Amino acid sequence: MNSLIRTTARCLRSVYMPRQAVWSTSARFLCAAADLQKDLGEMVKKDKVVVFMKGTPAQPMCGFSNAVVQILRMHGVDDYASYNVLEDSEFREGVKVFSNWPTIPQVYFSGEFVGGCDILLQMHQNGDLVEELKKLGISSALLEAGKESK
Amino acid sequence: MAITVDQIRDKLIKELAAVHVDVEDTSPNRCAASYKVLVVSSQFEGKPLLQRHRLVNTCLAEELKEIHAFEQKTLTPEQWEKQKSQ
Repeated sequence: MNSLIRTTARCLRSVYMPRQAVWSTSARFLCAAADLQKDLGEMVKKDKVVVFMKGTPAQPMCGFSNAVVQILRMHGVDDYASYNVLEDSEFREGVKVFSNWPTIPQVYFSGEFVGGCDILLQMHQNGDLVEELKKLGISSALLEAGKESK
Repeated sequence: MAITVDQIRDKLIKELAAVHVDVEDTSPNRCAASYKVLVVSSQFEGKPLLQRHRLVNTCLAEELKEIHAFEQKTLTPEQWEKQKSQ
């Protein structure tokens, strides 16, 4: 359980926006909860964009996780919650069970599972990502860049 | 037991009625730790990407326990024809 708190604390640091106030509550939640699944349900809903990855956005530890970070960066999405699954193996397995998805990274928009690296990449390529971000109220930086060049 | 390219291909053809399957062992020393697959199946028709990938993940659930990294591309026969002609 201690390791879970450590994970939470580290995740907190990897989140771009300061969310300490929210997190201290959440950390207690994680601590009290044997049901990680319930906590995950809350974690994915708390932020518009949530990424479970190996490493941090500043230091991804796997090519696929890095790809997700780079795609989001291209679209100007910097304000998202990221959780490093390498910090805790129980957490890592719990994330996979929660989404019923066998691999990391995993991306959520508004609490809804979007997919892994392949799906995000294809959404980026076919334009769906711009549309999905729009639904979240996020205007893709690529869209803005396109406007300027016109 | 290590997962083989043939094993993955056979399963996808059998269970998803795939008409075309490419399986590539992408691990640096071909140690069967990471794979990249292209699956063409009419079962993907009308299904969003996430659902298609879930079909593949479910089909290969046992194998994926052994595989470290897994990339997939899922196309309908129509999309496959279009991609080939490009």
